[in-house]
Amino acid sequence: MARQIGEVILEVEDLHTYCFTRFGTVKAVDGVSFNLRQGEALAIVGESGSGKTMTALSLLQLQPRPAARIVKGSIRLEGEDLLQKTEEQMREIRGKRISMILQDPQTSLNPVFTVGNQLIEAIRNHHAGETGRSLVRRAIEGLKQVRVAAPERRVEDYPHQISGGMKQRVVGAIAISCEPKVIIADEPTTSLDVTIQAQYLRLLREIQEETNLALIFITHDFGIVAKMCDRVVVMYAGRHVESGPVRDIFNHPSHPYTQALLRSVPSMDEDVKRLYSIEGQPPALWDLPSGCRFAARCEYAQERCSSEYPPSFTVGLNGSTHSASCWRLREST
Amino acid sequence: MSATPVLQVRGLKKHFPVTKGFLWKKVVGWVQAVDGVDFSIRQGKTLAIVGESGCGKTTTAKLVLCLEQPSAGEVLADGKNVHALAGDALRDYRTTVQAVFQDPWSSLNPRMRVRDIVAEPLVVNRKFPEREIEERVEDAMSRVGLRRQQANLYPHEFSGGQRQRIAVASALVSKPKLIILDEPVSALDVSIRAQIMNLLVDLQQQYDVSYLLIAHHLATTRYMANEVAVMYLGKIVEKAPTRELFGNPLHPYTKALFSAALPSHPDITHEEIILKGEVPSPINPPSGCRFHPRCPFAKAECSVAVPIEKEMAAGHVVACHLYS
Repeated sequence: MARQIGEVILEVEDLHTYCFTRFGTVKAVDGVSFNLRQGEALAIVGESGSGKTMTALSLLQLQPRPAARIVKGSIRLEGEDLLQKTEEQMREIRGKRISMILQDPQTSLNPVFTVGNQLIEAIRNHHAGETGRSLVRRAIEGLKQVRVAAPERRVEDYPHQISGGMKQRVVGAIAISCEPKVIIADEPTTSLDVTIQAQYLRLLREIQEETNLALIFITHDFGIVAKMCDRVVVMYAGRHVESGPVRDIFNHPSHPYTQALLRSVPSMDEDVKRLYSIEGQPPALWDLPSGCRFAARCEYAQERCSSEYPPSFTVGLNGSTHSASCWRLREST
Repeated sequence: MSATPVLQVRGLKKHFPVTKGFLWKKVVGWVQAVDGVDFSIRQGKTLAIVGESGCGKTTTAKLVLCLEQPSAGEVLADGKNVHALAGDALRDYRTTVQAVFQDPWSSLNPRMRVRDIVAEPLVVNRKFPEREIEERVEDAMSRVGLRRQQANLYPHEFSGGQRQRIAVASALVSKPKLIILDEPVSALDVSIRAQIMNLLVDLQQQYDVSYLLIAHHLATTRYMANEVAVMYLGKIVEKAPTRELFGNPLHPYTKALFSAALPSHPDITHEEIILKGEVPSPINPPSGCRFHPRCPFAKAECSVAVPIEKEMAAGHVVACHLYS
């Protein structure tokens, strides 16, 4: 079955998640908006510290509390405002409607329980009333769905008995076991080897085609974006700086940060004489400049850039969904 | 640039024993981490070793650094077997071969000031006067783009990219002939990687130093290396000049690695070769060609006979039954 991109199911608007520490306020997420359609694969790209993981955690309200709080914005899942939900209602949503695959399967599985046990824990939630044998059968089904060989034996294994790629498959099986609408995959393949990564990405694609779920990829790797995603949100220092369909971003990157990032990645497909390198480092999140956050590293920076934060401008024709926050775009439109 | 190799590796093997029992240890098997590897590195050039985890690339690096004793084979520097060196000769060898490791958070001693970290390779050699050490440290730091005032700081006061610069300065300070780069950029952020890669390329030109680059990211090797060796389960399956290898990969494993690499643009689609299963255990590696259980082109003889290396083009060597 082919994927069908349908209705918008998740809308995030102007999300702000701050961490209040004794050293000051860390603006981890400072104005992020995007929406996600059914069957779509959306990439959130950024470096470490750009706020991409905190954005993902905020969607599930799993940000490290009490230090981190969502101070502004809205998150709507199929029209319901998640920020109005109580903790109990959120528990119903996590796993069943939005679930998450974390970066490191080594730490996201519990070492003292068997694989089957951990799968059943998730399934029991969804199939209340079922017990014993039938739950085990469902766990085996789940492992089959993620193409684990000999699932009848694997359910008895502990995480240390299986390989890294297999563990990440188990995490995947747990994530899809309750048939969620949205899966957030936070750097799902960074700890895997290249050929295992290829297997895993293909598996995610197949699962997405079978179930038509919406995927959010959190990544720093434009390769994954190019291979897997339909749309891209580029984040820098807590804000989204550019977003749009994947081909528009690759063909006409419009924010200087996106342009520089794309130029600084060596290519496998052609010889590069010299890599473009972005000098300097991202700003500290507790001491952000008032203007554009990239201004200090930007080769086009003007006076205005360091004093006023640029709004989002549409790139290309009217009605295009490609937009970027850079003052240079105002001059060109 | 001369064509003399700064380092030659011949038939290098490293087998680790697998033991059982506590007091009366019994060897029950061998992990064949590196099993017969040959290569040489020319002055001022870069050889990259690519492969997945467990293929033996880091063990190879450790053997070259004299951190492990080989089970068989030899590593030759200037015609001398480095594992036979001792005392002053070994110390001299260690100043000519340095390393930069993957993770600058764990490879720098948190209790030492940057100045002392950078000076360490000269201090342990015990033959440089203090005055010269000071000059060399200052020179190395400025070459990698660190300021003089930063010499008194501790590693925790630096970001990841800066720390990797410290590690590079420390590797450079003894003016080595060869630097082993073990995944030098994979722990760094995307926007910082290009800075460090460019720095390494520039320094190579300035110092005419050779690199042994260990990496799993193919695009990095394409940018930095002159020659690439692909390793699988302790053996080199294919070796060729970079451009030749990327233009015309021959071994099925190399092809699979290339197809698994992520595209640089959504319109580029690599032919999809998804390998079955995972890398087998190096304790009892498959017979014959070690790749045959996962190889889409495996024939009957692949499980019996070990393929012999064959030169297909100038410098392009492949070990596969498809080409013999």
